[in-house]
Amino acid sequence: MDIDLLSNIFFATVRCGTPLLLVAMGELVCEKSGVLNLGQEGMMLFGAVIGFIVALSTGSLWLGVVLAILAGMLLSSLFALVALVFNANQVATGLALTIFGVGLSSFVGAAWVGKPLTGFEPIVIPWLSDIPLIGRMLFAQDILVYLSFALFAVVAWTLLKSRVGLIIQAVGENPNAASAMGLPVLFVRTLAVLFGGAMAGLAGAYLSLAYTPMWAENMSAGRGWIALALVVFASWRVWRLLLGAYLFGFASILYLVAQGVGLAIPSNLLAMLPYVATIVVLVLLSRNALRTRLYAPVSLGQPWQSGH
Amino acid sequence: MLLSLEPRGQESRAMLWFSPLLAAVLTLVSGSLLFIALGLDPLLTLHTLLIAPVSDMYGVSELMVKTLPILLCALGLAVAYQARIWNIGAEGQLLIGALAGSAVAVNVIDIESRWILALILLVGVAAGAAWAGLTAWLRTHFNANEILTSIMLNYIALNLLLYFVHGPLKDPAGMNFPESAMFGDASRLPLLTEDGRVHAGVYFALLALVAVWVLLQRSFVGFQIKVLGLDKRAAGFVGFREKGLIWLALLISGGLAGLAGVCEVTGPIGQLVPQVSPGYGYAAITVAFLGRLNPLGILFSSLLMALLYLGGESAQMTLNLPQAITQLFQGMMLFFLLACDVLILYRPRLKLRWARRQMAAVPGAV
Repeated sequence: MDIDLLSNIFFATVRCGTPLLLVAMGELVCEKSGVLNLGQEGMMLFGAVIGFIVALSTGSLWLGVVLAILAGMLLSSLFALVALVFNANQVATGLALTIFGVGLSSFVGAAWVGKPLTGFEPIVIPWLSDIPLIGRMLFAQDILVYLSFALFAVVAWTLLKSRVGLIIQAVGENPNAASAMGLPVLFVRTLAVLFGGAMAGLAGAYLSLAYTPMWAENMSAGRGWIALALVVFASWRVWRLLLGAYLFGFASILYLVAQGVGLAIPSNLLAMLPYVATIVVLVLLSRNALRTRLYAPVSLGQPWQSGH
Repeated sequence: MLLSLEPRGQESRAMLWFSPLLAAVLTLVSGSLLFIALGLDPLLTLHTLLIAPVSDMYGVSELMVKTLPILLCALGLAVAYQARIWNIGAEGQLLIGALAGSAVAVNVIDIESRWILALILLVGVAAGAAWAGLTAWLRTHFNANEILTSIMLNYIALNLLLYFVHGPLKDPAGMNFPESAMFGDASRLPLLTEDGRVHAGVYFALLALVAVWVLLQRSFVGFQIKVLGLDKRAAGFVGFREKGLIWLALLISGGLAGLAGVCEVTGPIGQLVPQVSPGYGYAAITVAFLGRLNPLGILFSSLLMALLYLGGESAQMTLNLPQAITQLFQGMMLFFLLACDVLILYRPRLKLRWARRQMAAVPGAV
């Protein structure tokens, strides 16, 4: 395999892993605070369609990004209302959010399918991008990919080193104790859910404004769900999330690799790979029930109300 | 806050059934608001959506055709959800049932025997069950979360179907369209009426309805399934075999979804096409919850969902509205249902400032 092909593979891996990384970071923060939001796919799609419509009608890509983030937060606030305030089952509410988001995005975007848009162009950093193998991967991406690097640094620092990270974790591990210490449990959880929505919206905007600048129904193709598996894969640890996102990015571009080395496998079979990989990863990681129980936030998915 | 929630102390039976109705009404109200925002006449639009499609006999027969796959999938999901097994994979199980049934059907086009149809149906059911069995195996052997595995299997099933319909099962005489050959007459479900597309699959649905009702409401296995769903530890203490029940619930669930799929290809469609299902398997999730996981409730909610599907088609044709309105209403309904369910355990109280002051003035009141 020649070095150009490898460099291309690395480049595409990061591009493909970026939406996964963005959603998964949001979901990680959410789950750390004890809330399981299965609505990622729906929020991502809604973000993608809103971002696309805004960008195409105003001509401003950045306005599209901002409104996509707000769109994701809007949907996540519905989740917060039903699951946190009304104490509904989080699994069912998350599913409802996905079904609603898929329907809403197809409905809103019906008139916008297939319209062309010039998305974010790559920003090639001189010299650095000429480094063999990793140059293009790290320094010839579009601005949203760079933004994802920065956001990762912020999220990692927040979760591992900051007081805010401790608070989120306390709320997720033992809400009763956290509440007794005077932490506003529901408030922290609501913020975490909103952050998850913002990240899912951003991931959607990345899809419709940078990755493939267009809108198509269900264009997220299960990435929101894969991101949920990624959090399990990462055992709720932020560095492994980064690794996992790019690993899955790689699984999704294997068809390019196959073409590159001249393998003729039908595209529909290759398209299954990320999903098969998700199952394999879940199997390997969940096998040891004790391990999952050790790393998962203790109160994950359980409704909580003050005064109990 | 103006509104406060007060625990009732016990479930309200009335609210258990009132909440789905309230959710439906709220969906209609917000739908009307949406139509007004879009500049449409809300009454006319709702008429197009919910009444016009079933205003003649043909419409009613189409309603039955659409209800069938949704009902079968939702009945299966109800069994799984009663055990708190979150099978989201009805869509994939339906597709695999359709795919496997078609794989048999295109190879027996020339055979006239009626037994062929039975074979095709059996293969479809078995394939759907096996696909769900994968989820059961991953859950019982590897402890893998069934929500994620069943979703992933949906995507894999769809790609498998696309692969076969573009490749091995494509009709050689089909002008290169991604479709299988039309099935032979002996492989088609017989029609029940002269005009319209209602087919013998209706009997299966009725049978499944009764069978699931007996299973859940009248059988010991159903009791075990419910106990497992309510309290896993309790089920373990009295010696119910958790793994066996998970397998059973998923196999029933997948088998019924597979039946739905194979009935679609041997019934109204008559060949394998990429669009076997416009999301019936996902719609069934909403239907199962809306019907309170109760077979009779599910019958009504699947009729409602089928109506929404028909209405989506007619709204697209006459009002030029996107067909996605079906999914939008689906999502709204499920959301409103979950929100309204708060009323089962809690009593809403209007909390006005003066009222609180009045209460405070009366000794003994809070």
